[in-house]
Amino acid sequence: MSEDQLVRLLAATIAMGTPLVFAAFGEILAESSGVLNLGVEGMMLVGAVAAFIAVVVTGSPWLGVVAGMLGAGALAAGHALLTVTLRADQVTAGLALALFGGGLSSFLGKSYIGVPNPAPFAAISVPGLSQLPILGRSVFTQDALVYVSYVMIPLGWWWLYRTRPGLHLRACGESPGTADAMGIGVVAIRYASVIVGGMFAGLGGAYLSLAYVPAWTENLTAGLGWIALALVIFATWNPLRLVFGAYLFGSVEAMGFRAQVLGIQANTIVLRMMPYVATLTVMLLLAFWRRRLAMPSALGLPYSREQ
Amino acid sequence: MADATLAIERPAPRPRIPEWVEAILVRLAGIVAALLVCAVLLLLQGYHPLLAYADMAVGAFGSRFAIEQTLLKAIPLMLTTLGVTLTFTAGLWNIGAEGQLTIGALAAAWLALNHPSLPALVLLPGMVLLGLLGGALWALVPAVPRAYVGMNEVISTLLLNYVALLVVDYLVFGSWADPTAFNFPYSPAFSDTARLPMLFGDVHLGLVFALAATVVVAAALGHTPWGYEIRTSGASPGAARYAGMPVTRNILVAMAASGALSGLAGMAEVSGMIFRVQQGLSPGYGYSAIIIAWLAKLNPWAAVPVAILFAGLLNGGFALQTSKVPAAITYMIQAAILFLVVAGESLLARVRRARAAAAQKAALGGAR
Repeated sequence: MSEDQLVRLLAATIAMGTPLVFAAFGEILAESSGVLNLGVEGMMLVGAVAAFIAVVVTGSPWLGVVAGMLGAGALAAGHALLTVTLRADQVTAGLALALFGGGLSSFLGKSYIGVPNPAPFAAISVPGLSQLPILGRSVFTQDALVYVSYVMIPLGWWWLYRTRPGLHLRACGESPGTADAMGIGVVAIRYASVIVGGMFAGLGGAYLSLAYVPAWTENLTAGLGWIALALVIFATWNPLRLVFGAYLFGSVEAMGFRAQVLGIQANTIVLRMMPYVATLTVMLLLAFWRRRLAMPSALGLPYSREQ
Repeated sequence: MADATLAIERPAPRPRIPEWVEAILVRLAGIVAALLVCAVLLLLQGYHPLLAYADMAVGAFGSRFAIEQTLLKAIPLMLTTLGVTLTFTAGLWNIGAEGQLTIGALAAAWLALNHPSLPALVLLPGMVLLGLLGGALWALVPAVPRAYVGMNEVISTLLLNYVALLVVDYLVFGSWADPTAFNFPYSPAFSDTARLPMLFGDVHLGLVFALAATVVVAAALGHTPWGYEIRTSGASPGAARYAGMPVTRNILVAMAASGALSGLAGMAEVSGMIFRVQQGLSPGYGYSAIIIAWLAKLNPWAAVPVAILFAGLLNGGFALQTSKVPAAITYMIQAAILFLVVAGESLLARVRRARAAAAQKAALGGAR
């Protein structure tokens, strides 16, 4: 493998991992506060289509990002209403959200299939850093949203694990009763976590339609939302470990697309199966190791003062 | 204090409306609310919602042909719904009916494509058997790690749906491609002996399979010790284990049976309607099944009318495409119904809790 090929593979790995980083980080926020949201796939799809429609209408990719995050955040608010206020079963509500998002995105996006993106995010080379061999060239020749993800992850980890509001959020997921007794507004924090988490899923979807693909097709995410859910378990609800996992899956995906370039003779359809098979394999290994012990104790349980 | 205890044990006054009527009312209200929400979305997209809904109703139940097509689509919906009903009752989230249907269809098609000249009396039962087996094995892939190491079955069953669709691609673009079809992605057509006999119009023998399966599943869940174990495991796995029930084995059996039913649905689709293997074997039956099972409150009998209603919704959506409204409206309505009925049920539960608390308070007050 030449240096150029390696750079392209690494760059594709990061690009492919980025939507997973965004979506799984959002889910970490929601789950750390105690709310499981299985609707990631639906929120990503709505984020992708809303972002794409906005960029076609306004011509501004940043307005696209805003539209994608708002669209997915609105869906997430529905999930919060059902699970936090009405205390509905979180699995059922999440599945409903995933299916609704899928249908809504196909419905809204029907007339945008085949429309070119007028202003996709383009790669920006960071002066100096992008001159460094291999790593510099692949890490620092990316589009603006990837740079956002570089900043978001350490910041997100620091906020969640080293600040008081982050501690309060995790307290709601570990022991909402205790959090409530301490004077923390459990309901408000869970609402905020689910909605902001949904906005990050929307950002992940928007990344696909604004930068990675960059266009809209039906079912654009093709299961990335579900892989993101598996990644949260893999990362044991820690944003730093999440990056490792997301790029691992990014590399599997990237190798699928770059196999021909690398001179690997393999069936493209078999290669497209690899991300799903890899996810299932990792889930199996994690189940053996019982990593679920790190799960927020109150995950999936509705909270009520009366009980 | 003793008086108060006695007072609590006094039977609570019967609610004015029976619970099953409340459940039906909540569902009807959810359907109406979902239609209203989707009407707003249709309006925003510049379509006339009343005209669209009228077209859907005609496309679903408006003619003899429409009713036949709706019954035809109700067959896989009923079978997959029975499948997920079994697992949901056992407390297992099998979201993989779509993939289990697909693999069942492929297993049945394998026999039809490789032994087309067998007599129908051998070929069709063989295809049924392979369909059941294919679906069951595909369901066991996530079931075994779920049973033995507690691997999350929601994500695994769902991811396997994507793999199953790619298996279809692999076959129809590869060794199963019709050599006379100029690289179109589908297999050769099945021989006549590999096609299910028709009952009336386009409705094939699969309808009998679906109704027979309904009787079997209802009987198994409601009237056998196994059904009792499954229901106990679903309600409280800890209690089931403590009572000495074989929880691990029941997970495997429930998942395999569930996959087998979806696999049978796949067999009926390829053998009764499509007559070949191609991409898009199922327009999301396995996902609709989740919604139908939930709306039917995991009751196999109630699933029959709900499946027919959802089949009509699906056909109505296809009918809409001629007037340029995307067929995705169907999936949106289906999911919105689930979302709003879940909301309604939760509200109802809250009302019942409040009612019970009030009744208790009244009883305590009366004792004083």
